[in-house]
Amino acid sequence: MEIPYTISTRPDTGLWNAKVGIWLFLASEVMLFGGLFSAYIFLRLDAPPGMWPHGLLNVPVGTMNTAILILSSVTVVLAWAELKMRRYRRYWWYMLATILCGVIFLTVKLVYEWPQKFEHFGAYIKPQALEKYEQYLGNKHAAEKGLPPRLEITGHLHNREALTNPNIKEYEVALDPVNADPTNPAMDRPHFLYVPPTDKIGKIDKEDVERATMFLPTHSAYFASYFTITGLHGLHVLGGVLVFIYMWLPVSKKVYQRNPEHLANRVEVCGLFWHFVDLIWIFVFPLFYLL
Amino acid sequence: MNNPPDISQDPSEHEEYAHNVQKHVRGYLTVGALLLAFTAITVALSYVDFGTRKANIAIAMLVATLKAGLVAAIFMHLAAEKRLIYRVLIFTGFFVLGLFWLTFLAWYNPIVR
Repeated sequence: MEIPYTISTRPDTGLWNAKVGIWLFLASEVMLFGGLFSAYIFLRLDAPPGMWPHGLLNVPVGTMNTAILILSSVTVVLAWAELKMRRYRRYWWYMLATILCGVIFLTVKLVYEWPQKFEHFGAYIKPQALEKYEQYLGNKHAAEKGLPPRLEITGHLHNREALTNPNIKEYEVALDPVNADPTNPAMDRPHFLYVPPTDKIGKIDKEDVERATMFLPTHSAYFASYFTITGLHGLHVLGGVLVFIYMWLPVSKKVYQRNPEHLANRVEVCGLFWHFVDLIWIFVFPLFYLL
Repeated sequence: MNNPPDISQDPSEHEEYAHNVQKHVRGYLTVGALLLAFTAITVALSYVDFGTRKANIAIAMLVATLKAGLVAAIFMHLAAEKRLIYRVLIFTGFFVLGLFWLTFLAWYNPIVR
């Protein structure tokens, strides 16, 4: 039995069925991401001063990935328009461009951005010990400038075994610029370009530390929500790419030859999903990278 | 912007149709360029101090909403869609705003205060 109304419109809705289907699915997706975004808002509003980090993510890389996703949204809508104009060859190229954009986005995320975080270390200092680490934290300077207090020392952990070995009493950290030179006014606000840890080594006694981890979901509410939301978003990108690959393979050419409108409608539906994924990223990018 | 009409089987009308779609393509390219420009603006504005962090967040979300609106209206063809889809989305909007409202209530905690 053939599925009805894949090409022609249903008289009562005025729509072909897949379009109704994808919009119902996207409605459920809005609720899914809506739940996660409200968790983000709640965690952020509830974070005590100094407990919501800023400037930990690489802004130029995030901006580039945003541009790539926007570009892919343009190429997929152009691919669809080419099908509508019955130019399969051009459709095929635009689809390839879309797939490549999706793959680049995921590669940047999984090969560069996430692993760089896994290699970064942060130690939250106990309130009573903050004074002792004033040279790294510069809280007097921060208070004078009206900045939130600095409670964490971050950088590259030299003795990584300190995380698991209870006999090692201190963390040796190649300090991030903000902790290496905390009273420098240039450190008052996050930098646009990524600045790697300095050569300056800071020693932190384990007993002064409230919590010390690599930048993993366990690090803070910030990273927990960052990895959850970008991870789920990344899964959506992966799903989109897989479906686009199917639309791009020779098997779809057969659909096109049978009825070009059928493939055009399929591409439109997948395109709607892809634009939605782009739309989510439009909010994710400023919330995590910039604010 | 309207959706391109369904393609005609009549070859003489086909040329006119292709011309119509071509006009839409220009619109899509313009929107793509606008979105890229707004991305640059969002990044630039985040390094401007608007007094409070709340003000910075509000401005960034305003630009993001504008961008999302462009994607939804033009790329997702919501500027001209059938009624059934608007109906679905009105319900979605209502419930997702309700969800954010619940979050606000939980944070504001009106029962204790």
